[in-house]
Amino acid sequence: MRIRNQRDFWAGVLFIVTGLIFMVLSRQYNVGTSAKMGPGFFPMALGGLMALLGLMVLIPSLLSKAEVLKVTKIETRMILLVLAAVAVYAFALPKLGFIVALFALIGISSMASHEFDLKTTVISSVVLLAFSWLVFVKGLELQFPFLPTFLTNN
Amino acid sequence: MELLNNLALGFATAGTVDNLFYCFVGVALGTLIGVLPGIGPLATIAMLLPATYKMTDPTTALIMLAGIYYGAQYGGSTTAILVNLPGESSSVVTTLDGYQMARQGRAGPALAIAAIGSFFAGTVATFLLAAFAPPLAEVAFKFGPAEYFALMVLGLIAAVVLANGSVLKALAMVVLGLLLGMIGTDVNSGVARFSFDVPELSDGIEFVAVAMGMFGFAEIILNLEQKESREVFTSKVTNLMPQWADFKRAFPAILRGTGIGSILGILPGGGAVLASFSSYAIEKKISKHPEEFGHGAIEGVAGPESANNAGAQTSFIPMLTLGIPTTPVMALMVAAMMIHNIQPGPQVMTSNPKLFWGLIVSMWIGNLMLVILNLPLVGMWVKLLSVPYRVMYPAILLFCCIGAYSINNNVFDVFMTIPFAILGYVFKKLDCEPAPMLLGFVLGKLMEEYLRRAMTISRGDWSVFVTRPLSASLLAVAAILLVIVFLPSIKSKRAEAFAGDD
Repeated sequence: MRIRNQRDFWAGVLFIVTGLIFMVLSRQYNVGTSAKMGPGFFPMALGGLMALLGLMVLIPSLLSKAEVLKVTKIETRMILLVLAAVAVYAFALPKLGFIVALFALIGISSMASHEFDLKTTVISSVVLLAFSWLVFVKGLELQFPFLPTFLTNN
Repeated sequence: MELLNNLALGFATAGTVDNLFYCFVGVALGTLIGVLPGIGPLATIAMLLPATYKMTDPTTALIMLAGIYYGAQYGGSTTAILVNLPGESSSVVTTLDGYQMARQGRAGPALAIAAIGSFFAGTVATFLLAAFAPPLAEVAFKFGPAEYFALMVLGLIAAVVLANGSVLKALAMVVLGLLLGMIGTDVNSGVARFSFDVPELSDGIEFVAVAMGMFGFAEIILNLEQKESREVFTSKVTNLMPQWADFKRAFPAILRGTGIGSILGILPGGGAVLASFSSYAIEKKISKHPEEFGHGAIEGVAGPESANNAGAQTSFIPMLTLGIPTTPVMALMVAAMMIHNIQPGPQVMTSNPKLFWGLIVSMWIGNLMLVILNLPLVGMWVKLLSVPYRVMYPAILLFCCIGAYSINNNVFDVFMTIPFAILGYVFKKLDCEPAPMLLGFVLGKLMEEYLRRAMTISRGDWSVFVTRPLSASLLAVAAILLVIVFLPSIKSKRAEAFAGDD
């Protein structure tokens, strides 16, 4: 069978699966009665509603009168680079400090662009470092480790 | 003259040096991110929310955050007119005629009319807020748990109906949001739900992390997929003053835009975006020269730009009077109030009159600042557009990461943005709007709580929702909305109204 509206089809699948997962997980909590609802009541009901809605999205997508809609290309490289930059920042911040984390974040994320160039990236990292120090550290007095812990001895 | 006394209190509060300064910071930042495409008020407010922990007065924090929201409505028009790119999603329709005016060498009048219209709309909306908020709060005091639950159902349904795209998918997104809101400790039983023994999850997922991931990061990846091409009309902004004929054509449009925007802003899920689209559709429909639209009709700039600013401001009404956020931006405002231990709701007006009236008056002051920021200084903002996106997006990422970390001074919230960025990206690819999900997420726990209370009071009798007249009428409106939107004739009209919103 050809799936005519792929966007609706996959959205439907996603909703059904998520709804069912929440229903299964809710079974470990007490459902209670309608007068005295337990922690499982509302999520169980919502999970069921969601699976139902998913089904209502999915079924029409298979019908022969459904509009033909493909899912546009997923740019895995860009997603990976942008999100890896965020992850590396989060890993680096506690031990290696903000300066290292910033250079890693800007460096990795810049590579996701079609027009990456090293010089601009280095310049903007330095400018952003100065700006962040002025605004976030001095101005707003946000607390985060600035230097690597092995330099600050704590 | 209670209203005058209240406004006087507002002026006294908003007029302090601190509050004026942060109001200025807010509107200037709002203009900045409004001008820059690719970053919106939601991500910016989420980014700055942690910074408001430090502020001793919650009024100051709200004044600044509100300024970002309505300031962005001004800035967005500048980019729409000069670059043919919407600086904000609420300026999409302004590109149609604003850019054409710029190409005809009339960028100046287009910018001026947009700013004048926005200012007029902002002033009217401020007065509406001051006049209608108190009586509405009175009504809210009569609300019991059943009414609050019914009101939230209505709010979520309205948000779905007014959202762009498939109603069913939007409904599913709302439910997903409600479910994600369930994660964390259940207040009644103390059970940590869906937390998988992760201690950070027992407090629930941070709203800011969800908003940043789904709106900030997912948007960046989607923007990166498109190569950029910009043509900026910088040198051509010389004569700002519109001619008398322009005024004569624009003024009725400004009036209508203000009216439409004010009404749609109050409705849940409406806000600034819907307001501008509806205004454009109406202007085109009633114009004597519909053929001019798309070729530089000044009404096409004046109407939507007034409407989006009016809508941005009146969307504060339900948040301030009922304590219920009707747009994701308002949800962040609620979060800002909660940080300072203020429970949003009808009691805010009486328990924190300074905050309430100070915020309202600050909006008018902010609008005044915005006219000055946007008209004589327009050249300065335009220069910012020469900063390419490849330099801008790493900076946005960085500021978001700093903001996410500062919520709890914990990298956990930074990590949490990642799954939501993926989710936001995937949903966008599948034509599912993330905004209804975010609303559901904010209301999830509240809704459950009110449902439980209502059912405990009624001893498990579900008819309580239809036997109490207020609750019954709220639910009836929700049901009617749902029925209407599925009627075939409305369905096609709705698709038409949202056409071009991509």
